[in-house]
Amino acid sequence: MPINYYIFLAIALFSIGIVGVLTRRNAIIIFMCIELMLNAVNLLLVAFSKKHYLVELERLKVAGLEAVTNVGTDGQLFVFFIMVVAAAEVSVGLAIIVMMYRNIHSVDVNFLNRLKH
Amino acid sequence: MNALILSAIFGVLMMFSGVMLKQKASVRNIACTGMALLLIAVLLEMKGVVLFNVNTTGMLSFTRFTLVFNAIIFFSTFIYLLLSAREMENVGVNYAEFFALIFFILCGVVLVTAFKSLLILFLGIEIISIPLYILTGSDKRNLKSNEASLKYFLMGAFSTGIMLMGIALLYGARGSFATDFSDLMTAEKPSPLLIGGILLILFSMAFKVSAVPFHFWTPDVYDGAPTVFTSFMATIVKVAVFVGFIRLFNDSFDETQKQWRFVIAIITAATLLVGNITAVFQQSVKRMLAYSSIAQAGFMLLAVYAMNSDSWEGLLLYAAAYCFATIGIFAVLAKMNDITFSGFNGLGKKDPLVAGTLSVFLFSLAGIPLTAGFLAKFYMLKAALSVNGSLWLVILAVLMAAVSVSYYFKVLQAMYFKEPDISSDQTVIQAFKQPVFRWSLIVLAVFIILLGLFPGLLLTWYYF
Repeated sequence: MPINYYIFLAIALFSIGIVGVLTRRNAIIIFMCIELMLNAVNLLLVAFSKKHYLVELERLKVAGLEAVTNVGTDGQLFVFFIMVVAAAEVSVGLAIIVMMYRNIHSVDVNFLNRLKH
Repeated sequence: MNALILSAIFGVLMMFSGVMLKQKASVRNIACTGMALLLIAVLLEMKGVVLFNVNTTGMLSFTRFTLVFNAIIFFSTFIYLLLSAREMENVGVNYAEFFALIFFILCGVVLVTAFKSLLILFLGIEIISIPLYILTGSDKRNLKSNEASLKYFLMGAFSTGIMLMGIALLYGARGSFATDFSDLMTAEKPSPLLIGGILLILFSMAFKVSAVPFHFWTPDVYDGAPTVFTSFMATIVKVAVFVGFIRLFNDSFDETQKQWRFVIAIITAATLLVGNITAVFQQSVKRMLAYSSIAQAGFMLLAVYAMNSDSWEGLLLYAAAYCFATIGIFAVLAKMNDITFSGFNGLGKKDPLVAGTLSVFLFSLAGIPLTAGFLAKFYMLKAALSVNGSLWLVILAVLMAAVSVSYYFKVLQAMYFKEPDISSDQTVIQAFKQPVFRWSLIVLAVFIILLGLFPGLLLTWYYF
């Protein structure tokens, strides 16, 4: 499949995430939308990683060299780092949401307007 | 490398010290000693003594600039701990954990100032951000603190998502995460993926340094967070992210400069305008300082806009001048009960020494000559002037610096020309009596004036 399909799919998912963050009022759903954005990025990274691998393979074949390369592995490695960081963010973020719920018994972000004078 | 590993070790050590030690004073002493050791480790590395040798496969590079900048950061954090470590006792239960988080943030700061790969930039920014969300919300019973931390968390995670998308697009265009990758080799004309990636990364970095129009979270978060931690966020973390910003755009996007320079010019102009003008109308000093930090970010953005040798020198000076002055003001603010302008009424009579050092800090932030703030602003403007067609931006910056005088001097006016309230409590003045606090303030003021007279003291470090 051409790489464009993956790019469009990832951008569509990413945009759904952004629209969700900007329009929803429930802190948990906003949080899920942020996760959706991160996963769109993961998908895109994996697709690009495969693309760079195939391009490099083609280049080696034309040059008449042995078709062994590790180009593109860094993209997949990055995906693991995103997952780890997202997990760390979830643990802190849910703790913050729970802390807020204990104080006001709601997870509605409309509450967040109190700091504005 | 010394500082990176040592600060991680000290972070873990502080976590254990919270369990082992019952006395808060000893926890505080360990933290201060640790920070002093970090400073010494960086100074040693400048002299060529490397304690830890780790092969990072070219992902980190400790240049002269990184080391000098880290030295400034560690020195400011050391003074910050001396000034306000006592105030952290009032915030939460687990006193030692705050220090642990601060050490972990410093790890992230070292990564952000030394990265050679987008992966390290991403990890560094996250290592800075995640502990900051916790510090912002550390006052668990306080609704304002809760709200600030949730807002900061949602905005921070959102901007991280945008940055990751930028990195992914950049990877698609280049096939590598290395920052010193030359775009000229791949194509004559920059591809849409590359331009999209640069713009997304630019927006998310603008989020992190709170540049207008991505600044809306800043006043609320700085206002809601406990004052001791606002001080840390607004100074050390902010200038560190700036260094990441300028390194990224210098190493990585040099060849596509004409595509993004205009966007930066617009963002800079908007930041200067909105930051300074909104700050004039604030009633609370804490909120005024939040807007002032946006305004100062506008000046630091001039370095990213110009991107020449002056801007590197200017950023070093600016980091030092801005950190020292703002940490000093916040330290005084953290000890006061009334954080509106009237809280400062008559401070000049009640405590001449604190008021005197405070006026040095305010002069420096406003950019009055003979202070470090003046020279820092001077270097920034000089850097920006060397760019063709930037005269309008420089004129705007000078005008806005004049506007900034009006709100900084409101504090001076309150201190020296207004009578103290009769009802004002004496406990505030008691808190100012600690000798460590007074001496640290004096040291900060002396450094600001010294740098204002002899900027060479700092810049020779950079070159030799």
